[in-house]
Amino acid sequence: MSVPFYLLPADGAQSATRLDSLALCLLLLTGAVALGVLAMMIVFCVRYRASSKAARGHPPVKDLGVEIAWTLIPLLLFLGLYAWGAVDYAALYRPDPAATPVFVVAKQWMWKAEHRNGRREVGELHLPLGRPVRVVLTAQDVIHSFFVPAFRIKQDAVPGRYTAIGFTPSRAGEYQLFCAEFCGTEHAMMTGKIVVMPPSDYARWLAEGPRQPGMAERGFALFRSYGCSGCHAAGSSVHAPDLTGLLGRRVHLQDGRELTADEAYVRDSILVPRKDVVAGYEPIMPSFAGQIGEEDLLAIIEYIRESGHDQRTERP
Amino acid sequence: MTSAQSDLELEEKGTRAGTSYLAEGYTLRSWLTTRDHKRIALLYAVSITLFFFLGGIAAALIRLELATPQGDLVSADTYNKLFTAHGVIMVWLFLIPSIPSVLGNFLMPLMIGARDLAFPRLNLASWYLYLAGGAIVLWALLAGGVDTGWTFYTPFSTMFSNSHVVLALTGVLVVGFSSILTGLNFIVTVHTMRAPGMGWFRLPLFVWANYATSLILVLATPVLAMTLVLVAIERMFQVGIFDPALGGDPLLFQHLFWFYSHPAVYIMVLPAMGVASEIIPCFARRPVFGYRFMAYAILAIAVIGFLVWGHHMFVSGQSVYAGMVFSLLSFMVAVPSAIKVFNWTATLYKGRISFGAPMLYALGFVGLFTVGGLTGLFLAALALDVHLSDTYFVVAHFHYIMVGGSVMAYLGGIHFWWPKVTGRMYSEAWGRLAAVVIFAGFNLTFFPQYLLGYAGMPRRYHSYPEEFQLLHVLSSAGAVTLAVGYLLPLGYLAWSLRYGRAAPANPWQATGLEWQTASPPPVHNFAQPPVVARGPYAYHTQ
Repeated sequence: MSVPFYLLPADGAQSATRLDSLALCLLLLTGAVALGVLAMMIVFCVRYRASSKAARGHPPVKDLGVEIAWTLIPLLLFLGLYAWGAVDYAALYRPDPAATPVFVVAKQWMWKAEHRNGRREVGELHLPLGRPVRVVLTAQDVIHSFFVPAFRIKQDAVPGRYTAIGFTPSRAGEYQLFCAEFCGTEHAMMTGKIVVMPPSDYARWLAEGPRQPGMAERGFALFRSYGCSGCHAAGSSVHAPDLTGLLGRRVHLQDGRELTADEAYVRDSILVPRKDVVAGYEPIMPSFAGQIGEEDLLAIIEYIRESGHDQRTERP
Repeated sequence: MTSAQSDLELEEKGTRAGTSYLAEGYTLRSWLTTRDHKRIALLYAVSITLFFFLGGIAAALIRLELATPQGDLVSADTYNKLFTAHGVIMVWLFLIPSIPSVLGNFLMPLMIGARDLAFPRLNLASWYLYLAGGAIVLWALLAGGVDTGWTFYTPFSTMFSNSHVVLALTGVLVVGFSSILTGLNFIVTVHTMRAPGMGWFRLPLFVWANYATSLILVLATPVLAMTLVLVAIERMFQVGIFDPALGGDPLLFQHLFWFYSHPAVYIMVLPAMGVASEIIPCFARRPVFGYRFMAYAILAIAVIGFLVWGHHMFVSGQSVYAGMVFSLLSFMVAVPSAIKVFNWTATLYKGRISFGAPMLYALGFVGLFTVGGLTGLFLAALALDVHLSDTYFVVAHFHYIMVGGSVMAYLGGIHFWWPKVTGRMYSEAWGRLAAVVIFAGFNLTFFPQYLLGYAGMPRRYHSYPEEFQLLHVLSSAGAVTLAVGYLLPLGYLAWSLRYGRAAPANPWQATGLEWQTASPPPVHNFAQPPVVARGPYAYHTQ
């Protein structure tokens, strides 16, 4: 018991402070209600105990006004709390175009991460301080959950799909990463370390390590070897949509729906092409389900993202 | 029945109505083939008590393991099997049948002035199904156990777990049919067998609560059954339903599972609310405050409770908009719960309150339910759930509702109706002592878990970082206290069966119909079919 315990985990992300305020507000409110109820119960139990001589004329059996009041007041308070929680929740999932994506693949019982320049790590995740980050998650076997208490962030990693959550680390340091969704024998050992470092150190760290092609570069090679470029490259004779700058773009679909292209959309379009056919195109693309591994898929998506970034300057 | 009758009159009427149901037969056969709802209630009582202590042993081992940060008492796999066994047993073999199948079975016909439930044979069949399901679950545990958690999340349960998943599922499935049949029996009974004069708004709130529970049992349990069958199909025949590697969708399972399992929380807590609503007016000697609001609140909880299942999935990757709708509805379902707490408190106002053991349990129930309900708001608030989901905060929250709430109320009900059921009085001093020990032990066990959860301790961890040890040790110490508290009633209640003073027909001077007959009641409950001329809580403080 030599390690000190802190009731509040360290706040290592901007969202953490806001979240603690919401928790504190809820605590004060619910604490006041709980203490109020407790106080009334105790007062009544003492004052109206069987042996007391307190006046008891006409105990009320109903009082519509009071009952409506204690229905509506909690209702209004609840609506306020609901809105607060919902606004902050939506912020975690709103894609921020400036956010640096980091790709995390979970499997029994480890965390694997890949950065855009191709640097990979296992059981650790290095992140730049003060820069918005978007962790894109998937799992190779069962459901896991990416949980960093210091960031007040949790997101399930679900096999067969991408999930993502965004945040901005606000303090350099090392933080614990837990798997929060029960995933089998070594669930409790599926932990890791988040290392938040100043952007310059992060850039240096990214450049170190075993040299390997960046994700986008590897993705470009895969884009050609799987034959994607045969149809999707500019000047192809096949009528297929141009993928340049697809990530983050609004896409109109054949059935009238409209969506914003994110990693999950591109992944589905590769594996289940008939699900979301783009308006104006024939559903002629073959499915690549079972042919491309999770990490290669991420690389191809990264290539598509990069292809739209050629004119931009916000590289890390 | 225009006024309360004296005990003497009641005894006389009881004797005229025939022998007590306990004296109907003494052979094992007479018990195992009985169709008397009162005897079936006792069959349930004995069987769920066995499972309660079995589930408790699993909990004790879990708390013992967690006294140190290292996983040193049992292996990781054993630990996973222990919390699975604890969850499966406590949810399906204890909590869900507890109040409805024991107290409900015994009291529903008595409270509405009927001779029995509508389908006595079906009632006995429910118990046999329960027993069969329980035996299958036990078989699965003895054969080596299950390591999926009581939630059976896919694709872990279908394609990755190497334990007896299908066997355990089968047990739960069979128990589910027992629930459905009990629910059906209660619904038909309340609709068709109320005594003359027993209008809907003269029903005791206990009957309302069990009626609403029965609706949930009948409507939600079939969804669980289908889900379990789908899991078994994928596991045995590799048909892609939930595993994405086979073309399935793992979140589909969560939607189906929680569509049953969230309403199941209300299956566990609504009857507890019913029990508290009987005990509090009786010991405060005044009518319950806002009877109609209480009845409507019960129905509102049962209905809205069907629409909040997605709040278990805020971090699962379901759409943000779905999360927002489920969060809003979860706040809505808290409103009727709050109404009930306020009404119980107001029922104490201008009462003439005495503190018998049942009352201590009921007051404990209100307090713990309030804390459990209010902390539910933290989990309903979307952004906060992102941090708290799957931590010990959740564990603390649902134990406050299910153990602090339901088990406390169940014990309160057992004490309140013990004289009616057995014809004996237990030791009041021991009863009060046990209530206080359980209340203290419960808080010591589970309050530290709220703090652990906020600090980031994930649930279902066999070993954990050292900084969490202090709170885990407190929690384990509380569990020891709680265990003592639960063993006490087993002792003094058993003692009362043989040595307790004979109970009068109406020891609490209660006004419910079940007290207007002898203790223990005659085989056919009432000498003449009662005619009801007043509401259920005709207490006077004067």
